[in-house]
Amino acid sequence: MRQIVIISGKGGTGKTSLSAALATMGEQLMVADCDVDAANLHLLLEPTDHSTHPFSTGSKAVIDQQLCTQCGACMDACRFDAIRYHEDRYTISETSCDGCRLCMRICPADAISMIESNGSYWTTGTFRNGWMVNARLAPGEENSGKLVNVVREQSRQLSERMGLETILIDGPPGTGCPAISAMSGTDLALLVTEPSRSGFHDLRRVKQLADGFGIPSVVVINKYDLNEQVASEIATWCRNKNLPLIGRIPFEPAVVESMLQCRTVVEWAPRSAAAGEIAAIHRHIFQSK
Amino acid sequence: MKIAIASGKGGTGKTFVSTNLLWVAAQKGIDCLLADCDAEEPNVAEFLAGEEDRVVEVYQLVPVIDPGKCTFFGKCYEYCSYNAILYLPERKMIQVLPDLCHDCGACSYACQAGAITEHPKLLGRVKHATYGAGQQLVEGRAEVGVYSPVPVITRAIHEAGERELVLLDSPPGISCPFIATVDRADYVVLVTEPTPFGLHDLQLSAATVRQLGKPFGVVVNRAGLGNNEIYRWMEQESIPLLLKIPFDREVARIYAEGGLPAAVDGSYREMFSLLLTQIVEQHIS
Repeated sequence: MRQIVIISGKGGTGKTSLSAALATMGEQLMVADCDVDAANLHLLLEPTDHSTHPFSTGSKAVIDQQLCTQCGACMDACRFDAIRYHEDRYTISETSCDGCRLCMRICPADAISMIESNGSYWTTGTFRNGWMVNARLAPGEENSGKLVNVVREQSRQLSERMGLETILIDGPPGTGCPAISAMSGTDLALLVTEPSRSGFHDLRRVKQLADGFGIPSVVVINKYDLNEQVASEIATWCRNKNLPLIGRIPFEPAVVESMLQCRTVVEWAPRSAAAGEIAAIHRHIFQSK
Repeated sequence: MKIAIASGKGGTGKTFVSTNLLWVAAQKGIDCLLADCDAEEPNVAEFLAGEEDRVVEVYQLVPVIDPGKCTFFGKCYEYCSYNAILYLPERKMIQVLPDLCHDCGACSYACQAGAITEHPKLLGRVKHATYGAGQQLVEGRAEVGVYSPVPVITRAIHEAGERELVLLDSPPGISCPFIATVDRADYVVLVTEPTPFGLHDLQLSAATVRQLGKPFGVVVNRAGLGNNEIYRWMEQESIPLLLKIPFDREVARIYAEGGLPAAVDGSYREMFSLLLTQIVEQHIS
């Protein structure tokens, strides 16, 4: 089994559009959407859900107002500024509570208990060229790295059961915990960048991350013709690093048009220059096993 | 007043909107400041190069257990909700794993033997800078590999202080770092794109902002590139459209090189002035 992760330092570089295009070409495969904070790949791949599973991100404290004696000990102890006194009562802000349970332990009236936060979930399904695992983190939740691990593990198990050779992973933005979870143990990292100062800066950070894991990486410059000067600086940097630059996707209305049709650019506009470039990227990463 | 510039996802143009908005506000003589709250990937400084005034370091407290005083009772281990204490009583071994510690203080409360003291650990820095005609910038930058940038973000907002106008450039997503920023704002500007991705992310972030009870409006960036679904949805939901920024290759080029369109192009100056007026009106109404 081969796992390929598509990643970029930051959001908005075109990871998902590229992942979807690569997922709808060639042999049947498994797609894992690891951008659990703002998953979008399902909009293009339109999977049919086979099963949905709740995911617990931890727990939050709540105060039973009947039992509360208003001593305020919980508010003094809370280091997350999650407990407020307002209109003669203490309340806990769900978004600020970190689930440490200290308030519950401290409360002399046993008025505080913990409730599990399970607004998050992950699903498996099929799409027109294989299987897909994706997830949704409830607003304001943390532990996205853990949810990414669940998506990775489920996609691996399902691929084994279904006899799929390839897992294509659409990674989350950033270089933090979720990006690390999406990247660890993969065979190839496809780094997507844009020709801008901030895009270049983020590319360097994400390359460091891939190197840290010893994962071979290749680069694709998306919308390369929006600034050919910066694009050529990125190309030079890649050459100096012996980093294969395997595609320069032009900025084309066809890419946006296909998205509006909820199709990938290779399906909607197969004759466009962008589709041609993506086909070459596909050949490069899938035929050079 | 504090205005957060946010979006469900990265790459929609938050930093583009906040930097140009700051430039326009400063030109109008408003006492304003921009706080870069994207502490994991702060990018504002690439557009506004200023003179650094001072740096504030942000710490969390990490417990240290004195094995000489520890009675190996194990209550601190039991109280830790984050698995940050390694406890092997039969081998008389106990240790804090600082990377997993959330600085909640439960272990210190649990310890009856006085064996736990708390020591500071560097989480990040908040940098104050001035540039141009007295325009102020505050940047939160978390150390690489820290568990959460939230303490750095809240400190950056605190350092921004009270002014006529404080702009908060929010981190992407809808999880804790986003909440920490938006929760401290009086008004939220959501930046999006008129595509199915943009609409989907806007729906998630709008739901989150509503949950927090914050008034908000939307800036549609790269207008003309996509379709009209987003406007239809906003109308249904009665969400104010503050501004449409047309897609413009030339602007993309200027911005890619680190320039500010409002500073070099009259029509952009007008556009962002209008946005500022709209925000103030929406906020008051």
